[in-house]
Amino acid sequence: MAVDFASWRRSETAPCPSGGAQARKQALAEALAAGLLAGPAVLLLLALFLLPVLAVFVIAVTDWQFGARSLSFVGLKNFAELFADPVFRRSLVNTVLYVCIVVPATVGLGLLIALLIESGPRLRAFYRAIHFLPYMATLAAMAIAWEALLHPTIGIVNQTLASLGLPTPNWLRDENTVLPVLAVIGIWQGLGFAMVLFLAGLKAIPVDLYDAAEVDGADATLDRLRVVTLPMLGPVMMFVVIVTALRAFEVFDTVKILTQGGPAKASEVLLHTLYVESFEFLRTGYGAAVTVVFLFIVVALTLLQARILDRRVHYS
Amino acid sequence: MTFGVVLRDITKSFGPTPVLRGVSLDIAEGEFLTLLGPSGCGKSTLLRIVAGLETQDVGTVSIGGRPVDALRPKQRDVAMVFQSYALYPHMTVGQNLALPLRMRRLSKLQRLPLLGRVLPGTRALAGTIARDVAQTAAALEIDHLLERKPGQLSGGQRQRVAVGRAMVRQPEVFLMDEPLSNLDAKLRVAMRAEIKDLHRRLGVTFVYVTHDQAEAMTLSDRVAVMLEGELLQVARPRDIYADPEDRRVAEFVGSPKINLIEGRVREAGAVDVAGTTFHLDTGLGRGKAVTLGLRPEAFGAAERAGPGVITGAVRLLEHLGSDLYAHVDVPGQQAPLIARLPAEDDAGPANGGTLHLRPRLDHVLLFAPDGRRLRPAQARRIMPLPLREPA
Ligand SMILES: Nc1ncnc2c1ncn2[C@@H]1O[C@H](COP(=O)(O)OP(=O)(O)O)[C@@H](O)[C@H]1O
Ligand SMILES: [Mg+2]
Repeated sequence: MAVDFASWRRSETAPCPSGGAQARKQALAEALAAGLLAGPAVLLLLALFLLPVLAVFVIAVTDWQFGARSLSFVGLKNFAELFADPVFRRSLVNTVLYVCIVVPATVGLGLLIALLIESGPRLRAFYRAIHFLPYMATLAAMAIAWEALLHPTIGIVNQTLASLGLPTPNWLRDENTVLPVLAVIGIWQGLGFAMVLFLAGLKAIPVDLYDAAEVDGADATLDRLRVVTLPMLGPVMMFVVIVTALRAFEVFDTVKILTQGGPAKASEVLLHTLYVESFEFLRTGYGAAVTVVFLFIVVALTLLQARILDRRVHYS
Repeated sequence: MTFGVVLRDITKSFGPTPVLRGVSLDIAEGEFLTLLGPSGCGKSTLLRIVAGLETQDVGTVSIGGRPVDALRPKQRDVAMVFQSYALYPHMTVGQNLALPLRMRRLSKLQRLPLLGRVLPGTRALAGTIARDVAQTAAALEIDHLLERKPGQLSGGQRQRVAVGRAMVRQPEVFLMDEPLSNLDAKLRVAMRAEIKDLHRRLGVTFVYVTHDQAEAMTLSDRVAVMLEGELLQVARPRDIYADPEDRRVAEFVGSPKINLIEGRVREAGAVDVAGTTFHLDTGLGRGKAVTLGLRPEAFGAAERAGPGVITGAVRLLEHLGSDLYAHVDVPGQQAPLIARLPAEDDAGPANGGTLHLRPRLDHVLLFAPDGRRLRPAQARRIMPLPLREPA
């Protein structure tokens, strides 16, 4: 009786050989089910993201022209040509300049407005308008509105300036003003987003920290900022900077609608160059090389966030 | 008598809700006073008014004999320990401890990140700050943690750092808002002893907020029991327990809770209670309602039913090693009575059996229907503790 009982126990706990086969079959079925369930997402990811990226890398080392029936491998020739091309270099410099104006201004203004709103509820209505306007209208329509505002003679901007006796530049046709003006539109576009994130970040700061700072003697506005607000906003700040930078690198709509990169390439930016090369000149291989450079910048920025800075602004 | 903190008629509302209803309190210099009350009764609000983090609607606060109503928190010479500790998470422990000193001793310019360091005098001041930080850290045995960030510390270590940050600039008054409530039970008891010890060493005024009566009873020189924005009683811990002024104080303090039994005066010197009659002087007229308060330890066992003996059915027996708590259903009583019996009585009562309890009449607390404590002349004579007039 005791022996029977022991063997029964053993078969319960340790699987016998046939049980092992069964377990393996079950594991297989599970893996199959998992594959089936994840399948659609994986396929979509492949079709919409990984394959196009792969295709871009492949096309970038060929001389393929859109619609052509043949192509040949040209190695890094496209890239060599790219970096020798003054238009591309201008485009790269312009894009970096644009980012360098848009990011600090968007982040700075977004933070400032968020702090003002936090300090008193009077600006709530203003905040709603400034946040929703750029999102509610499509950018194309908004670009046309900006064009009307900036019209050299009948635009409200120049009419105002004229009535004040100030010079009235042709904002979008002047080499010196076109990029800053596009940057202002970019800032306007991203400001609401930055501000909302900062507002959320400010709300998440424990009130106790401000109380502690006040008891400790850090009760002046600047001291509060230095001791509590800015350090506690670190993670949000990081996120806003990276996302704003990514979006600024992607500037395209306003350029395409308002300036087409002109005058004299003064507002040529990466995505516009890419578009023109690929879809107007149909030099797809060359366009793909521009895309590779663009992807490289974007991925580098993302890694920067994930790896280096993330560690410095999270405190636990 | 010199006063550490004096509160006069402090009233405070948030919107239409009154939170403090005219609180007056004198706290002696060097005293350890605890504000004890259930959550939401306004303890934190009162403490924050003392600190200057909140402004009272009516009333005055003085610290060390000077009115501080117009002063900002940093000018009041108080330090506060928060329930959440409120350590700056991006600063090391050392920087957390140094911050109050930097804010006080360095000028605005000297605190600037790079420029400040080269200004005359900064170096010497930074030296004294570092020395004071080291001294405080050593006193609290956190000197090995100075380079760590708060996120890398255990709950108990964080708590010490929070105390250290309050201590480092040697304030006149320590304010502590439930500083132990985020710790586990064992650590809480250990830290309780440390806080008591800290008070002894520093000798300054401590105002301590808690909802935990064990903390209040063990730490305090005096306890101020607070309910719904009012101070019900301010007294020594043992008086709060043995000689409560108000039925609500008696109910809030003591675990298990005091037994409250409704009675009616039969005639002078006799009260009908729970199916029996007690010979008690209530000072009330015939037929008046009175509530008897009996602590669980105020019962003794009796042989049989009779006058002055409460008889009931045992609903539950709780053995706690040293003690035995009997929950007894008594006729005419909603809640069961809880009586503490010696553990040796184990053999006596049984679940479902009948138990005879003889309350010790000198331990009976009498309350009027409105909750006021009744002190008839005779009861006064037989009270175990001498009565003190409230300060
Ligand atoms: N800043 C505030 N605004 C509105 N109501 C508050 C505020 N602070 C506290 N209260 C309210 O005041 C009451 C007392 O709060 P508090 O002093 O924190 O109680 P305790 O510390 O005794 O738990 C609570 O009902 C709480 O909701
Ligand atoms: Mg509280």
